[in-house]
Amino acid sequence: MGDFPILSITLLVPILGAILIMIVPREQEKPIRYIAAVSTLISLALSLIVFFGYDKALAGMQFVETIPWVKDLGVSYALGVDGISIPLLLLTNLIGFSAVYASWQVEDRVKEFFTLLLLLISGVMGTFVATDLFIFFLFYEVVVIPIYLLVIMFGSSKRVTKEYAGMKLTIYLLIGSAFLLVGLIALFVKAQAILGFPSMDVATLAGLDYPVAFQIFVYALMAFGFGTLLSMFPFHAWSPDGYAGAPTAVSMIHAGVLKKIGGYGLIRIGLFILPAGAKFIAPIIAILAIGNVVYAGMICLSQKDLKYIVGYSSVSHMGYVLLGIASINLISINGAVMMMFAHGVMAALFFAMIGNLYHKSHTRNVFDFGGLAHQMPRLATGFMLAGLASLGLPGTVNFIGEFTIFVGAFREYQILTIIAISGIIITAVYILRTLGNVLFGPRRPEWDHLQDLKGPEMVPLLVLGGAILLGGILPFTIMDLINSGVGQLLQQIGPMQIGGIF
Amino acid sequence: MRYELLAPEILTAVLGLLVLATGLLLPGRGKKAVGYITVIGLAAILITVMLNFRNEALFFDGVYQIDMYGNFFKTLFVGAALLIFSMSTRYTEFFGQRKSEWFSFMIFATVGMMIMVSSGDLITLYVGLELMTISFYILSAYLLNDGLSAEAGLKYLIMGALSSAVLLFGMSLVYAASGSTVFTEIYRALSAASNQPILIAGIVMLIAGLGFKISAVPFHMWTPDIYQGAPTPVTAYLSVASKAAGFAALVRIFMVAFPYTQFNWNLALAVLAALTIVIGNLTALPQKNVKRMLAYSSIAQAGYILVGLVAANTYGLKGVLFYALLYVFSNVGAFAVTTMVEVETGSTDIEAFNDLGRRSPMLAAVMTVCFLSLAGIPPLAGFVGKFYLFSGAIQAGYLWLAFIGLLMSMISVYYYLNVAKAMYIGKTENTGSFSVPWAGKMALWVCLLGTIFLGVYPGPLSQITELAIGLFF
Repeated sequence: MGDFPILSITLLVPILGAILIMIVPREQEKPIRYIAAVSTLISLALSLIVFFGYDKALAGMQFVETIPWVKDLGVSYALGVDGISIPLLLLTNLIGFSAVYASWQVEDRVKEFFTLLLLLISGVMGTFVATDLFIFFLFYEVVVIPIYLLVIMFGSSKRVTKEYAGMKLTIYLLIGSAFLLVGLIALFVKAQAILGFPSMDVATLAGLDYPVAFQIFVYALMAFGFGTLLSMFPFHAWSPDGYAGAPTAVSMIHAGVLKKIGGYGLIRIGLFILPAGAKFIAPIIAILAIGNVVYAGMICLSQKDLKYIVGYSSVSHMGYVLLGIASINLISINGAVMMMFAHGVMAALFFAMIGNLYHKSHTRNVFDFGGLAHQMPRLATGFMLAGLASLGLPGTVNFIGEFTIFVGAFREYQILTIIAISGIIITAVYILRTLGNVLFGPRRPEWDHLQDLKGPEMVPLLVLGGAILLGGILPFTIMDLINSGVGQLLQQIGPMQIGGIF
Repeated sequence: MRYELLAPEILTAVLGLLVLATGLLLPGRGKKAVGYITVIGLAAILITVMLNFRNEALFFDGVYQIDMYGNFFKTLFVGAALLIFSMSTRYTEFFGQRKSEWFSFMIFATVGMMIMVSSGDLITLYVGLELMTISFYILSAYLLNDGLSAEAGLKYLIMGALSSAVLLFGMSLVYAASGSTVFTEIYRALSAASNQPILIAGIVMLIAGLGFKISAVPFHMWTPDIYQGAPTPVTAYLSVASKAAGFAALVRIFMVAFPYTQFNWNLALAVLAALTIVIGNLTALPQKNVKRMLAYSSIAQAGYILVGLVAANTYGLKGVLFYALLYVFSNVGAFAVTTMVEVETGSTDIEAFNDLGRRSPMLAAVMTVCFLSLAGIPPLAGFVGKFYLFSGAIQAGYLWLAFIGLLMSMISVYYYLNVAKAMYIGKTENTGSFSVPWAGKMALWVCLLGTIFLGVYPGPLSQITELAIGLFF
């Protein structure tokens, strides 16, 4: 691709869109929506170009851009993507694009809504393309504040008020990031002592040899920080409440991609820079992962609110990702990255459908509905697609992710993996029960006035549903990419044996 | 000796007198001119300081020093004064006929700060400090019809006098131990001498006296009442400039005059910093009045800056200077919005900010950005400042301090966002939009862009701060 700064442009287009929206007068709601739609479309197109233009044979970081930024901190504005980040970059843009359409019906304060939404999308993207620790962390925290404002301004209060939900989410994530930041600064200071000059470049930092005790300490901080974002048990409490309070687009982005930053950070920064620490802490993460899968899954069984069901189910599914990361082998980490992608599109589609239904019916209680497939066949298709993907039906991309994780994890933790596999059964129970209650059964006349999906509302279904099926039928498109990225990462850290803590 | 390098101090003092005289001599309508004279004069002084930024000179055997460190802070004071004068054009109407004196007292306070940051001698430092403090006693009580303001002035006077006494006593003990009041001489005498308890007492009292100025716990008791009672622009200046001056003096004394061999003052300061951060942030949580909340927040911020002095290495001291400057943008921005809301609604309670997001999106945006910067959220300036400060602390081995600081700064997001919440989803009957004069708008833009620019591209400022702290290493 030569010197064309494709990643920077992908990153900046939504920011430019946000600035443009700030300038447009408040009453011009239609142009505002179009600006948002066009800028996310450009980003999506560019990330597709990156996806297909990446040279898998060559592997490694590609589309690299580096500009020195702050000399005395060793910071440079460095972007680049490899097999691990490209699927997540693509995921961000798929969801970002769909989220704009899923919020087409926002009528109050359109200007603020789309400005914040575009900033949020840009921030999330930034974490996946940054190869500099400082820039990574910058984007990592940037996303929290737009989310808070979006939740309190556009969210909904049901079981908890939206103010409570927003603040809970914000404080949880920020406290997690405080620990993470201590870890990062300690890493930076240590690396400077070893290198003799300051550097924030992830690859440079990974090339150093840190004392094992130090690695364990910093990795533990990271596991806490990233784990909170990934809703690792027992730091997951923000997640269901947050999703329930948030407006549709925020739930989509949050459950879809934001959580994945946690998993991505654990692999790209934690495992890559601190392999010895990762291998020491891994068993603890694996046990907590089982907490996610089983505990959150059990809670799911007793939920009545659709958003809470998907919220807890997303906590439960993150357990698989954690298990994959904790097993530290090629197959399991491939699976973890695949699962992050798969869960992203699935959760986003789920939230888009719930948001649409809630907007029209003003309720999310499972038992208020019944037989909706009569009135809203397209919506029902979306629900079914997301639901079946959620329980890992072969043919959907989620099956590929889950299966790979279990194969990889079984080598390291036989018993834990068997318990984790039981999660599939739990998922099947609550998903099928929910879908059965909402979609099927006799037609209920009180919902006859509901209109099926049409026009812009179809976009999330087509984009995300398409991704689920395409990824499921042609998994090698994504899997080869992930495999090249993970393979190279593991090669660089060398062979290792898990354990040490027990 | 190159006396022309003293031009900023001399010009500022002359400007103060000029403004005072113009206010007395010019009748009625002419009084409007004082504002313009002040702003033009200060702008000229700002340019003078900046043009001579790299010039260094020693006066009277080190009693007074012109160096980049001092010039950095002088730029900061004059810049802050300019921002505050521009934002308070409507607020000064509250002062009625006594407007011109207000301007001149603000300028005299600036002169005092300039002397503080350039003095290389305890007595000169004290003179500058008193000039600043006495001006602020008067300024705090400037709203004559307001009981809170009068109370603030009196309280500040009593507590300030007490802290001055402690400071002077500390200085006399240091003099007794070393036989000199010039910093470099003190260092030389102390390096040779053996450990003296009297010196430790002196240093502790110096910390107490200057700790009062920077409102470090446990010398912070005055801060909330005075911040709340004083006229809002005065509070803004008190919080950014007076505090920066206190820090500048503190850093210079400790880095230049006291060798480590005598007394490990870092640990003492580390404990103070931790207490300041924790208590400042926790007491800010339940506040219902924005000015009072900003007072507690400024205590917490003082704690962060103190971390840089605790570290006493390149990153730490750079952080002190970096933070002092970004604090001007962020805090003045917050106070500017508070001032405008107060002018419009007559109150500074959080309820007064309700629905500001709809009534004046610009004000709400500036307030949110400035608050997030104070909370240390990237990509705003506060984050970079904290990064420097805590990198320094970890490098110096104070990992626990970094833990406390960063954790507390995340907790602080709660009270900052409370205001944001009122602004964006609060309800109010008033729906009129705000009229902000052009000077105020300009100040708002400067604060907003300054906060964002320093956060996104901190490179240039970090180089300047590197130059400025060159003299300590």
